[in-house]
Amino acid sequence: MKVYIPTPLRSYTKQQGEVDGYGSTVAEMLEDLDRRFPSIRFRMIDEQGGIRQHIRIFVNGEEVKGLDVPLVASDEVHILQALSGG
Amino acid sequence: MSVSDQKSPATPSSGVVALLIATRKGAWILKSRDGRCRWELEGPTFLGHIAYHIVLDPRDRRTMLMAARTGHLGPTVFRSTDDGKNWKEASRPPAFRKATEGEVGRVVDHVFWLTPAHPNEPNAWYAGTSPHGLFRSEDGGDTWEPVADFNDHPMRPSWSGDEGPQGTPDGSKLHSILIDPRDPNHMYLGLSGGGFFESTNKGADWKPLNAGCRADFLPDPYPEYGHDPHCVRLHPLAPDILYQQNHCGLYRMDRREGSWVRIGENMPKAVGDIGFPLVMHPRDPKTVWVFPMDGTEVWPRVSPGGNPAAYVTRDSGLTWQRLDRGFPRSQGWFTVKRQAMTSDAHEPVALYFGTTSGEVWASTNEGAEWACLVRHLPEIYAVEAAELE
Repeated sequence: MKVYIPTPLRSYTKQQGEVDGYGSTVAEMLEDLDRRFPSIRFRMIDEQGGIRQHIRIFVNGEEVKGLDVPLVASDEVHILQALSGG
Repeated sequence: MSVSDQKSPATPSSGVVALLIATRKGAWILKSRDGRCRWELEGPTFLGHIAYHIVLDPRDRRTMLMAARTGHLGPTVFRSTDDGKNWKEASRPPAFRKATEGEVGRVVDHVFWLTPAHPNEPNAWYAGTSPHGLFRSEDGGDTWEPVADFNDHPMRPSWSGDEGPQGTPDGSKLHSILIDPRDPNHMYLGLSGGGFFESTNKGADWKPLNAGCRADFLPDPYPEYGHDPHCVRLHPLAPDILYQQNHCGLYRMDRREGSWVRIGENMPKAVGDIGFPLVMHPRDPKTVWVFPMDGTEVWPRVSPGGNPAAYVTRDSGLTWQRLDRGFPRSQGWFTVKRQAMTSDAHEPVALYFGTTSGEVWASTNEGAEWACLVRHLPEIYAVEAAELE
């Protein structure tokens, strides 16, 4: 599947805005990303497994609120930062 | 052990004096290679990241840690082993343990404070977080573990008070992690909105140490805990002597007596004894500098009357002298945060502080005269002086 990476996280992906993702759930996909791009997951997901306040994850255009959402190889995952403040 | 029995752990090298400047928008390093006459500003590093604290390990003078996050991403720690030229992220940043079924889990918002552990424990560090959490690394800051006996102490929720949306605007802070140079098992820490605490068994248990200190915002002004220490320092050459800048004034404790004594009553009444930072002379436990701020009514947290000044005591707080030569004579509304004022260990001692308006000020004669070294930086959160090889 394609996973789109927002600019604040591209220092982990060697500035790639789009990377390949693997896994049958959002949780597995993020764990796989963390293996290939160490430490990227904790910047998005807190120690209790929650999506951080200013991160949003969309699967095929639909926002997901948890990590147990199933994925298939043809899915597109967008990881976004929720811009706020000045 | 008396003062004269020990060599100062802060003995300067003949090398570079570096000021490690953590700001709301990144990190800078201000270096002097000529005895503090000329300064060169290096940076920014991690532009746009919120840097809370940058500390050089005085045990190797090489390893540097930075507590950071961004507005959108989670908290982390960056490490450098070449004086801040290159940085690598911690493999496992400070994080609370996973909650058990039915338990509300805690989440680190940001790492606020970094302290190298005892000199006999090379590569060990402590970190304090917001919300209140204590963490330890055994490998130079690469991986961190919760100090469970503090974080999960049955009294910790009571000590910390309300950490929810009704808490303090910028979040509660665990700060002033102090290690007794005589004994790595003896340590202290401060909780903003919680009080000051001591452990004599390397963090296995903790007890409040607030006797004599006021908390005049609470119904009982002398509670066991619930105080608001802003900055607490322990003198490395006289480790039984502690000084505290508190929300309710300036205090000194001789640990052998175990009670805080308010020394801020001797400050001028028009200035008061409220502030955030407190700096100790590296070789004289009787000398302390503070930077008073307006703590009246709604707590403006600026220089009283718009007239910035540091104050020094050279007799353990019996008397205080104003130090304002070089500062604006009016309309100078400095705010100096708790980690944003420090000293080096040269002779004479130099003092440094950063303001929330992005200025770095220095005095190379123990506060007698001040000069602005840098302007126009982002809001400064912390300034630490380091001696590079």
